[in-house]
This record gives sequence, C-alpha cells and structure tokens, in this order.
Amino acid sequence: MAGQSGTGTSATRRLGILVIFLLATLALCGLWFSAEDVVQGSTVRIMYVHVPSIWTAYIAFGLTALCSGVYLSGKNRSLAWDRVAGASGEIGVLFVAVSLVTGSMWGRLTWGTYWVWDARLTSTAFLFITYVGYLAVRQLGGTHRQRARRSSVLALLAILEIPLVHFSVTLWRSLHQEATVANPNAKVELDGLMLFSLFLGLVAFTMLFAWLVLHRQRGMMLEDAFSDRGLDVAITARRNEAGA
Amino acid sequence: MDTVIELSGVVAVLGQFPALAGVDITVQRGEIVLLQGPNGAGKTSLLRVCAGLLPIERGTGQVLGIDLATNREAIRSRVGLLGHANGLYLDLTVMQNLQFWASTVAAASSEVSDAMATMRIDGRLAEVKASQLSAGQRRRCALASLIVRRAEIWLLDEPHAGLDAAGRDELDALLRSAVASGATVVLASHERDRALGLATRTVTIDGGGAA
Amino acid sequence: MTGAVINKRRIAIAVARKDLTIEWNSRILVNQVAPFAAIVMVLFAFALDNDGILLRVAPGLVWLATLFSMLVVVQRSFTVESADGALDALRVAGVDMGAIFVGKAVALMVQLFVLELMLVATAVVLYGVEMTLAGFCEAIVTLVVATIGLGSVGTLYGGLAAGARGRETLLPLLLLPAVAPVLIGATRATEAAFGSGGATVSEGWPWIGLLLVFAVLFSAVGTVAFGPLVDE
Repeated sequence: MAGQSGTGTSATRRLGILVIFLLATLALCGLWFSAEDVVQGSTVRIMYVHVPSIWTAYIAFGLTALCSGVYLSGKNRSLAWDRVAGASGEIGVLFVAVSLVTGSMWGRLTWGTYWVWDARLTSTAFLFITYVGYLAVRQLGGTHRQRARRSSVLALLAILEIPLVHFSVTLWRSLHQEATVANPNAKVELDGLMLFSLFLGLVAFTMLFAWLVLHRQRGMMLEDAFSDRGLDVAITARRNEAGA
Repeated sequence: MDTVIELSGVVAVLGQFPALAGVDITVQRGEIVLLQGPNGAGKTSLLRVCAGLLPIERGTGQVLGIDLATNREAIRSRVGLLGHANGLYLDLTVMQNLQFWASTVAAASSEVSDAMATMRIDGRLAEVKASQLSAGQRRRCALASLIVRRAEIWLLDEPHAGLDAAGRDELDALLRSAVASGATVVLASHERDRALGLATRTVTIDGGGAA
Repeated sequence: MTGAVINKRRIAIAVARKDLTIEWNSRILVNQVAPFAAIVMVLFAFALDNDGILLRVAPGLVWLATLFSMLVVVQRSFTVESADGALDALRVAGVDMGAIFVGKAVALMVQLFVLELMLVATAVVLYGVEMTLAGFCEAIVTLVVATIGLGSVGTLYGGLAAGARGRETLLPLLLLPAVAPVLIGATRATEAAFGSGGATVSEGWPWIGLLLVFAVLFSAVGTVAFGPLVDE
C-alpha cells in the first residue's frame, strides 16, 4: 500500500516533467515549425493529435487484454493486474474519444462532412462502444475479485469481437466504390519535419498514457484499500455489536 | 465421528458489507445443528458459505474435506441449500420441476415419485404450475427436489416457514430419517421450540460472529 | 472422460427442454414477442412509405426486428432463472455451467429461428419480396447460421447482465456492438437471397462464411466464458 497520500512517486514526477516537455515540443513543432500541407493547408496539423490518440488507444486496449489474460492465467491472481487493466481501459476510452472527435473535425475540414461510413471510422466507433460497455461492467459492484474476474473475461471477449467487427465492416464497405476518400493520410505528402512531428506525437502520447495509467491504477489501489479499510471498520463494529 | 464442516475465522462480504465477521463452527456427520440469532445476524450468509456459493474473504474452511478458499465449486454437487427462494421455475408444473432436477443428476423416475410421496405431493398437485402454489406447497416441492438431488449436507434456511402444522411435523420426520440414513442438517429457523426439539445442538450467531 | 461428456450433454438437453417447456407453458414468445416483431415491421413500412425502398431494405429490416426482439427474449430467458433463485439452485447443485450455457443457447436459438421465419414471411407478404428456389435455400441457411451466432452471444451476455442492477440497459450496450457482424453478414446474405437491389444468390455465400466464423467462435468461447461471467 502506498505510504504517501498522493498517487505520485519521484519516478512518476520525472515522467510527468518529461511528458510536459514532449507535449510542449510537439505543440511547437506541430503548430509552428512544421510546414503546411500543399492540399490541406494548416488542417493537416490535426494529424499530430489524431494519429497519436488512436495509436495510444490501441496500446491501451492491448494492455487491458494482456493484463486481463495475466490475471486469469496467474496462480495467485493478483488484483494489481486487474487494476492496470481497468486503468488502461478507462484511458483507452478517453483516447478513442479524442481520436473520434479530432477525426470528425478533420473530416469536416477536408471532406466537408463530420462523418463518413468508412470502414475505419465505423469500426472505431464500435471499439469505443465496446469499451464503454467494459467500463460499465467494471462498475457493477460486488467484491474486488468478482469485478476482476468478470471484467477480465469481458476484456478477452472484446479482443475477439473487435477483429470480427472490423473485418465485417471492411468487407461491407469494400462493396461500395466510394471508399477511396476514406484515408486522409494518403493524400498528405510528409516532409522530414512533419514526419518528425508525427513521430514525436506518438512518443509524447505514449509517455502521457504511461503517466496516466500509473496514476490511475494507484488511485484505484487506494480506492480498493479504502473500501477494504471500510470493511475492517465494519467488521470491528459488527464484532462489537455481537459483544454488546 | 467425522467432521463435515469446519470453519475458522471466516469473513464473508456482501458487496461491501461484512455479513460474516470471523465465524468458527464445526459440524459432525449426522448432527442436526440449529443456528440461532436475530435477523441479519449472518445465518443465511453462513449457510451460503457452507454451500460454496459465497466466497470467503478471510479465514479458512473445509466442507466434506474440500477447501472453501481454493475449491468451493467442488462442494456444490454434494450439498443442498434451500434458501429464502425455492429455486423453482414458476412457469413449470411441480412434476416438470422435479423431472428437470432428476435429469440433471440422472435420477430415475422412481426417485422422483419417492420424493413426491415423501413430501405428500399427489398426482393432482403435481400438475399445478409452481406460480399457482401456496408458499407451503412450494417449499414442499423444493424439499422434494433436494431429495431428488441426493444432497449429503442439507443447509436449510427457515425450512418451516410457510408450512402448516402437519407439514412441519412431516418435515421434522423427514429430516430425522435423512439424518438416520447418513445426511447432516444445518438449519436456521424462527420456530425456536420446534427447532430445539429437532436439533441435536445449537450454535448462536450474532453480529456476524459465532459464539 | 466420456462419462463427463455424456453428463454434460444430458444436462444441456435437460436445460434446453426445460426452457422450451417454459415457453410452451407461458406462450410469451407467441403471444407477446412475435406480435411486437410484426408491429415493428409494419411501423418500418409506415416510416419508409415507399414500395421500392421497402423492397430494397427488407433484409435489413428483418434482421433489425430480429435483434430488437432478441433483447426481449434474452431478458425473458434469464428472468425465469432469477425469479425464484433457480440459477442459484443450479449453481449450488454444482451443475456444469458450460452445459447450462449450451442448453440455454439452444433453446434461445430455437425461439429465434421461429421468430425469424415469421419475420421473413412477413417481409414476403408486406413488402412484396419474391424469392427463387435457390434464394429460398440460401435464406434458410443464412437463418440457421446467423441464429447459432446470435443464440450463443445472446446467452453469454444475457447471463452477465442477468444479475446486475440496470440489466435492461446493460444488455443492449454489451450485445448490440457484439452482434454487428451478424447484422451486416446476415443482411447481405439475405439481400442476395431476396435479390434486393439486383443482388444475385451467389453473392451471399461469402457472407454466410462470415456468419459461420462468428457462430463457431462464439459458441465455443461462450461454453468456456459463461461460468466465470455468471458465477457470483
């Protein structure tokens, strides 16, 4: 159990400072130093947030599945794995939301519409809803172990569902010939600095994700510890009741 | 005598509420143990723990030599828990309910008719839907399903509730004969005098701990 | 080993027969769900109000009505379990959860299949769908394969949502994204069978392949995952 009152350690503080520095550099590179795109103009700068967000979301859901698998297969079934899975799931949902919002803004500017029934967009929307469901199941109540088992199984089911949804949506859209507008990145000619900014975005967002997960899972640990302590108090009260 | 239930320092929680706060109890084969205590003392939770239904958070326990912490699922096929709910399908007739239970444990139809005879379920009652039964009739039907399931330990939560006087006498007689043929009974009952006459031993539970 | 398999098969058959007997005794599917599904089909006709469009989108409407009705049937399938603690009683008796899953899923599939047949007949009558013999065979295969997938995934998530507070809203949230591949695949396959929008029968078979993958995956996974998801 963490001795101090917060969720930070000197390591996370260092990581936090690094994240701030990287994000500031990204903002400078993305908004100032990097060139405009020949076709899209300044609109292309959304890419430096949009692409790293969805990248981070995939990492997050991958981590959720990995930790859930470890939780279920482990002999001692440490709840720490479940907390990391849950923290990663929550932050993954956040990043999918960011990528959907930035994506539709980008779409409005380049295609003139917020939404197209493109395979990638549609399956990303399903990804979002699937993990909102995962988070809802985590809130169902019961003991920590019930929560951990239920949500771990569900996280593995989600990993099974997502490729199926993606594959079927892709197959569905491939029948319609308009699919070529789908990929805005394809039209972008990336020069050296733009490529660097994009890469920097990936690194910065991954670090940001790591920082958020570390804090969130510690927060969850404190929540669990708090409700356990509440349990201890309640057990004592109940024993006293018996003695009275 | 051999020990069939042995719990020590068991804590079990419902949500975040400690239904059991450190219970110690030992039950030998062939006993009829009466759990005493006010409402909310943890009698029901104790029965559910013994049935392998409610996980234990702390402490150790064994039922029929099986460890509660690591292998509680294995206990389930060998005990019978009758709780506040009767576990019946309300849209099935009494006969259909018993036949369903019989087919889950591969019991012969003669076992079903034996159980029905023991619980005074006649041919006419057998064809009534469970939703149309009185509380006492449902309880009789549920007890009959316990017989069909061949449980070694009977964990009964208020088995007398809803039964008429004749039904209660019949239940007591049934429990005694079940014990005589090797079963063990743990029950919680508000019918104090009747239960005391039936029980071979009483255990008092209060505030989630056994004294 | 074989003893255990026979055991599970016997339990699965008992559970399926029990669920279908409950339906036979209560007639909820016939008296309430089927009329609901039919009225949904009629309402689609009011909303779209154009014979040409109706004919083209008929397959999608059949499967949408199926999904909406399925939510009701799945809820019902687990309400009968929790009404008097019957699933609890099965668990206490140590009855194999995988076998219970198979039994409940099969019962759900039978009910869904009846419902889908009725919806296809409704589409033929109300929307003027015409089918060739090859199309009819393809439609039947589509119904069977899609129903296996729907029955499996419906039972899996129905069991998870059954014990929860707010189950009425949790079930669609979990179930509808998961069955998206079935909606897509079954709709395209049915379009091919109906010949909607100039589709030919041969275009439907790849979609039936997708439905088959879904059905195999979820029936296998459901047997393993049902116990941990439902157990308290």
